[in-house]
Amino acid sequence: MSPETGAPPREIPKERSMLLQKEMIAGHYQDLASAPETGRKVVYTFVPGNLTELMRSFDVLPVLPEINALQSGMRKLSGDYISEAEKQGHSEDVCTYVKCDIGMLKQGNVGPTGQPLPEPDLLLLSYTGCFTFMKWFELLRQEYDCPVAMLHVPYQADGTIHDHHRAYVVEQLESEIIPKLEQVTGQQFDEDRLRAELELSAVAEDDLVWVLESAKNVPSPIDAYFGGVYYIGPMFTAFRGTQEGVDYYRTLRAEIEERLAAGRGPITPDGELEEERYRLVLEGPPNWTSFRDFWRMFSEEGAVVVASSYTKVGGLYDRGFRHDPSRPLETLADYCMGCYTNLGLPSRVDLIADYIREYRADGFMINSVKSCNSFSVGQLLMLRQLEERTGVPGGFIESDLVDPRYFSAANIKNRIESYLQMLEQKRGTAA
Amino acid sequence: MSTELAQLLERVRALFEDVDFTAVREWKAEGADRKAVGHMPIYVPRELIHASGMLPVGVLGGGDRLEIIRGDAYFQSYICHIPRSTIEMALTGRLDALDGMLFPSICDVIRNLSGMWRLLFPDRYVRYVDVPQNFSPDVGGAFWRQELEQLLDDFAGLSGRAADQEALRRSIAVYNENRREIGALYEARSHEPWVYPASELYLVVRAGNVLPPEEHTELVRSYRQLAAAEDRHEQDLSRVVVVGTFCEQPPLGLLLTLERAGCSIVDDDLLLGQRWLTDDVSEVGDPIEALATAYLECSCQTASVYQPEGRRGAWLVESVRRNQAEGVIFCAPSFCDPALLEQPMLVDALAAAGIPHTQFKYAENTGQFAAIREQAGTFSDSIRLWSDA
Repeated sequence: MSPETGAPPREIPKERSMLLQKEMIAGHYQDLASAPETGRKVVYTFVPGNLTELMRSFDVLPVLPEINALQSGMRKLSGDYISEAEKQGHSEDVCTYVKCDIGMLKQGNVGPTGQPLPEPDLLLLSYTGCFTFMKWFELLRQEYDCPVAMLHVPYQADGTIHDHHRAYVVEQLESEIIPKLEQVTGQQFDEDRLRAELELSAVAEDDLVWVLESAKNVPSPIDAYFGGVYYIGPMFTAFRGTQEGVDYYRTLRAEIEERLAAGRGPITPDGELEEERYRLVLEGPPNWTSFRDFWRMFSEEGAVVVASSYTKVGGLYDRGFRHDPSRPLETLADYCMGCYTNLGLPSRVDLIADYIREYRADGFMINSVKSCNSFSVGQLLMLRQLEERTGVPGGFIESDLVDPRYFSAANIKNRIESYLQMLEQKRGTAA
Repeated sequence: MSTELAQLLERVRALFEDVDFTAVREWKAEGADRKAVGHMPIYVPRELIHASGMLPVGVLGGGDRLEIIRGDAYFQSYICHIPRSTIEMALTGRLDALDGMLFPSICDVIRNLSGMWRLLFPDRYVRYVDVPQNFSPDVGGAFWRQELEQLLDDFAGLSGRAADQEALRRSIAVYNENRREIGALYEARSHEPWVYPASELYLVVRAGNVLPPEEHTELVRSYRQLAAAEDRHEQDLSRVVVVGTFCEQPPLGLLLTLERAGCSIVDDDLLLGQRWLTDDVSEVGDPIEALATAYLECSCQTASVYQPEGRRGAWLVESVRRNQAEGVIFCAPSFCDPALLEQPMLVDALAAAGIPHTQFKYAENTGQFAAIREQAGTFSDSIRLWSDA
């Protein structure tokens, strides 16, 4: 039985890229589980503004606590973890990713594959686009006896990367991050190796962008939100700068090219979508505790997300950014500063308005999550501004990242259905 | 109470209750070219605004003195209260006297509020003030110096008057004196809290958010002298430190409630922006360098700023010891990420030091204090009766 709906499970054939990603992730967690034996060093860090290529150039293995938290959400473990953290004195008001992570730690720090995660040798605090990250690693610092390297990434309030902002980040990389990585690993920084990895990143980034932009086709061969979160997985986590990452995106692109040529729609939890009825742009992270149910609320109505902001939290590659091996530290700085949640609200509104036009969307929807003020504060104004600017109606729903108490399925489904009915009615009126 | 003290308190209370910023309007009316720049709580370099001939104005929300009619439509239910009342004040014209607005890096809410300001008021000067979280002079210091230079340029454009080095040094001296006077008041309160009740001291210090600093310094000095001359008797209250109040301010009723419940506040993190720097800024040499160095070396510790050495909570334990407090009250606004994420670390530090504490939350417009009074009263009784702290 499906754990979410109670319906009998339906076998959905897995595509090559899905299997590949599964193998990659399993391999990564295996490497982590065996780190105490192999002696590989482990660095905990965050997705937005992650320095994967730099870490890889030191042979360290990254652990991303947000990914652990969302995996716990999908595996229905987050509720218990959050309760554990709240029992220990963490407020019910704050980010549930943090509480899920703390709760997981208190219950043995068992990762998504069922193997315990190794303790960090370094906490690499990339303070990019989210204030809570800072407090999160301050809390973890109390649990682990390891150094912390802090990278303060200036906020792009006016949507511009100023020279002194870039210089500030580069100087921190040179004076704080690289020395700490050298200290922890005992290895010297190897700029040539970093350049080689950045080159691989750019290759994979080209293919990721092609995949995301395939949604400009009508009908779209992909869902750029529910499917998109899988597509961004390797890019946003441990596989940027690796041949595995390049191979994954090459495979994924070939599959989507095939899908596009055949006029096939995106894969959904219930198989391939037969008819694209609504094209939507989505702002905000997904809910992870009821991810498939949430997805079905759209797919069952024929609603396809053609572009989303969440898939840009780990970089805005589709707006032209590529890791540039010719300026290795500067490109890392630009990458960190350009992540979606590090952009001021006007830039976010501009981006989504552009998506609505470029992807010929019928509407846009905001999933406002309680846990994430970085995303959520200002979304009600964004809704108004986007409607005014594009003439396209917006919908607004509320849930949470990994706290199952804040996913009210009936309410959310009702809102989505009403919103789509309104789009239908509007379409009828226009015709 | 002497007439002078009564009048002074009446004045600061009126300033506090006035959500139309009349004092700022009156100040501006005295000169055709006068301008004012608002800023949200916590640190902004007010010296730069002052040296540019403008009035720095602290915007601390509408408290319980403002009915929120439009502000709630901009924020989800799980977001703290200060942005609601601040937007409400702006949309209703109450902040029209401000020619610009600064949003320091307190948290994601205030950060995003800066973007909302840009969208809602595209013709007004808005700037997010990203204070460095790296404290190396060559790295965070260099970044901060450039941010300060940029701010100074912006202010020159806004005021039409570029501040020269001499003007900057004068403003640094003015604010040094202001902070020293506030520090002296806090010090006096710590020795004799019954002479300077928190509910009075708070209003006196807070008045500095809307008055020119020179006038405010005099006002703080007068209050300290007038209160000291009063025949106020020592009370048998518990000495407590209040933390969590650095951004959204508690309603005045809450401070009164704590006092009525038997707690003497001997230290707090209220109105932190006015007391951010813990030592004087150098009045000689390059003033931008002096301000940058002061930020790096003399910033107080608070949840919004990274602490490279760890030891979260050491400052709180130190404050308890220095002020001979018997306990700590965690008093944070609902949904305040910095305060609430910080709290478990501070609790651990207190527990390790054997310092009793209690905790509750508020919103700036909280109107019911019965539960808080009961809790604070019980806490006060318990530390007086049972604690050996």
